[in-house]
Amino acid sequence: MEQQASENYRPTKNPCRLCTPFGACVAFNGVAGCAPYIHGSQGCATYIRRYLIGHFREPVDIACSSFGESTTIFGGKENFDTGISNVIDGYAPKMVGICSTCLSETIGDDVSQFIYEYNKNNNTAPLPYLVNVSTPSYCGTHSDGFHKANRAIVKTLAIETMKHRGINIFPGMLSPADLRYLKEIMNDFCLPAMLLSDYSDSFDGQTWDKYEKNIEFGTEIKDIEKAGGAKASIEFSTTVDDESSAAGYLTETFDVPAHTMPMPLSVTSTDKFFELVSSLSENPIPQKHLSERGRLIDAYVDGHKYVFEKRAVIYGDEDMVIGLACFLAEIGIIPALCATGGQGGKLQESLEKLLPEMISQITVQEDTDFIDINDCARSLEPDIIIGNSNGYKLKRQLDIPLVRIGLPIHDRIGASRILHVGYRGAQQLYDRIVNAFIEIQQEDSPVGYTHI
Amino acid sequence: METILKGRRQQVVKKDGKDINIACEKQSLAGSVSQRACVFCGSRVVLYPIADALHLVHGPAGCAAYTWDIRGALSNGPQLHRMSFSTDLREKDVIFGGEKKLYAALNELIDRYQPKAAFVYSTCIIGVIGDDVDAICKRVSKEKKIPVLPVHSEGFKGTKKDGYKAACEAMWKLVGTGNTSGISKFSINIMGDFNIAGETWMIKEYYEKMGVEVVASITGDGRVDDLRRSHGAALNVVQCSGSIIHLARRMKEKYGIPFIHVSYFGIEDMSKALYEVADYFKDETVSNNTRELIQSEVNAILPKLNWYRQKLNGKKACVYTGGAFKAFSLIRSLRMLGVQTVVVGSQTGSPEDYQMLGEITDEGTIIVDDTNPMELAKFVQEKDADLLIGGVKERPIAYKLGLGFCDHNHERKIPLAGYEGMVNFAKEVYTSTCSPVWKLVPRRKHLYEQQVETNCSGSCHECESTCDIKTQCSGAA
Repeated sequence: MEQQASENYRPTKNPCRLCTPFGACVAFNGVAGCAPYIHGSQGCATYIRRYLIGHFREPVDIACSSFGESTTIFGGKENFDTGISNVIDGYAPKMVGICSTCLSETIGDDVSQFIYEYNKNNNTAPLPYLVNVSTPSYCGTHSDGFHKANRAIVKTLAIETMKHRGINIFPGMLSPADLRYLKEIMNDFCLPAMLLSDYSDSFDGQTWDKYEKNIEFGTEIKDIEKAGGAKASIEFSTTVDDESSAAGYLTETFDVPAHTMPMPLSVTSTDKFFELVSSLSENPIPQKHLSERGRLIDAYVDGHKYVFEKRAVIYGDEDMVIGLACFLAEIGIIPALCATGGQGGKLQESLEKLLPEMISQITVQEDTDFIDINDCARSLEPDIIIGNSNGYKLKRQLDIPLVRIGLPIHDRIGASRILHVGYRGAQQLYDRIVNAFIEIQQEDSPVGYTHI
Repeated sequence: METILKGRRQQVVKKDGKDINIACEKQSLAGSVSQRACVFCGSRVVLYPIADALHLVHGPAGCAAYTWDIRGALSNGPQLHRMSFSTDLREKDVIFGGEKKLYAALNELIDRYQPKAAFVYSTCIIGVIGDDVDAICKRVSKEKKIPVLPVHSEGFKGTKKDGYKAACEAMWKLVGTGNTSGISKFSINIMGDFNIAGETWMIKEYYEKMGVEVVASITGDGRVDDLRRSHGAALNVVQCSGSIIHLARRMKEKYGIPFIHVSYFGIEDMSKALYEVADYFKDETVSNNTRELIQSEVNAILPKLNWYRQKLNGKKACVYTGGAFKAFSLIRSLRMLGVQTVVVGSQTGSPEDYQMLGEITDEGTIIVDDTNPMELAKFVQEKDADLLIGGVKERPIAYKLGLGFCDHNHERKIPLAGYEGMVNFAKEVYTSTCSPVWKLVPRRKHLYEQQVETNCSGSCHECESTCDIKTQCSGAA
């Protein structure tokens, strides 16, 4: 028996990513009236729900085909039919967002065919849209699942429609606070925008008078249907594959121009975003936002000495890492290690392009895990860690601050309220980083200064 | 739209004096949004606390990612169980097989972390692509000279309960391979306690004070070498029976070690457990030690519990647990605090478990098997519960509706077992149900408005004069 795995192979130790259906479920939660559905084992739905509840602290209902042994042997069609019917009975959804798993993909279930037959056999009642995305866990990461699901949603729902002056925004996996802020910006520009997917209310809601189905909130299906008539699409991603890009699909199919750009976490990239929106809306940048920008620069000046030439370890989804690296470079922090569990292979290339003067000082790790991040980080002598909660072990080992951003944040409250993008996001993050350094200075001093 | 799906109606009953006739031990209904996980989860949760073993999840990285350091199971030594290892299979492995990666992964990880044993968990696709996991484990075991144990935990192969069994089968291979010399005749294995927030340590201390030696704790703060010699114990004391009973039965068959069922939650059950162990050994010193221990522990906490009871009396609870056995203790503990259980259910209860639930609950209590968020929400609203006890997945149901919540799952960080744990439990329930924030939650606001009318000053909505807890703890007086 030949037992040699490829020389590059290493097992994953403390993963820096989640699985593909996870991202798809996040996307589906942001469509109004959409019930997420996993075609696979019960554990997949439950683990993903558990993880999302830990981060957002909100109810997350994900239905599932609940595969058993006979389902695996004879195929998942029967469970699929039962499951979809039960979701329709239980949730009365307008859409069911169906993603596959490694199990259903490996046994060769043809979900598209299942959907076709389900629609055919149940044509007496009005049925919800059944949107299907292939997300075996052995292909890609949660980030890929998220993009692919958004593309699948657009692909299923967008129809030939009148051209209109609205735009589509595909912001990537941001926080509810970010999504609200983006909507506010569009509103201030008087520019109708279809934001996909918008889980700001489903993942950051109010208490209830009675138990809700919690699928009511999000991007309206009627707005997604009109996505093909939009003036343009903006996608905050420089790493998404062409075949996974929702904006790309709308260009291919409906000639909607796509503007792809890095996630705007810095002043420079936010400027580009605002300029683009200004030009698309044919409205000037509102004074409110120019003032926010002005105050942000003023804050940069106030705090610059605390951060200059500090060294940061950053990790997370590729697009978040790229956006963050640009922000850090802008304030004088060296993103000494830029790491991702993503497998797109575009992180290095994107950073070279965006930060040519700093790239020689940056170590890039792609398709990595937290043991490799920890091993490498120690040799880089970083001053700060910026990323999700999974960097906590490293923070403890190195005894340096961890500023929490992204997902998951399962050891603090308020993940939904963290802003990342735009001038306001940069302001929030900047204050947190500077204060982390000031706190060290204060705590480490035997004097105990009360004014810094 | 239906709150209770047609396919689930046999799994919900309301107690009305008769026998409990409930459907259970079924595969979850597709599309029902079950709160259950899978076979893999069952195995992982049982073996997780074995701190000096390598736990390698064979499959794509997702299953390992979701189970990384999620439990509150503590170790006073190695921390290897808090890491997440995966063979991280990719698309081509699914086509060509994952055996090579499994072999390479085991080699790298065993060399780096020097574990005492390795558990290899099969995930869903391993059962489909046909990797010969047993053969690889055998080979590595021989080469590395440590036990490398396959855990047949493919997610789809049943329910979480089948995962428990697979975990027991894996551990069974270790039992009987160690030296049992020097073990006291008054010796036990603690089975089915997972040392959440240090609970096993508390329980172990009780036994030691009684004069009873704990040979192995299976699996809380577990060690491979302890498991190996666990067959030297005189008695197996089994908590959380669903998870570990299979191993106890195996040990009885082969080594003739009897087992008893206990629970460490609540004064009543905790005391009963210690008395039963003492009774088994029929030794005067042990019996005297036990009586003294229980009396001093109970006396120490009764005043505190009385205080909480005054605050909590008249409140109503919904209890939803993984195994039903824990629910029994919770119902009794809540009753001691003046809290009535109005809804109770479990993910994996057996017909006997539900019969028992029927016996210890009040008339009209809703009993559910393998429920889901919509149903739970309906029941807590119908019964106007003030409190929900469950895990993180159930928490948002409680909070959205303005109910207090107590985490009684493996993820919690507060010990709720033992005497000290009972006080913590009361505090947890009190801290959540009596918080002033509920006054601002629209759905619950009316309760506090009524309270003002009846001139009740406390934050509980049904304050009544409370009776002291004196006679309720069996054998403790």
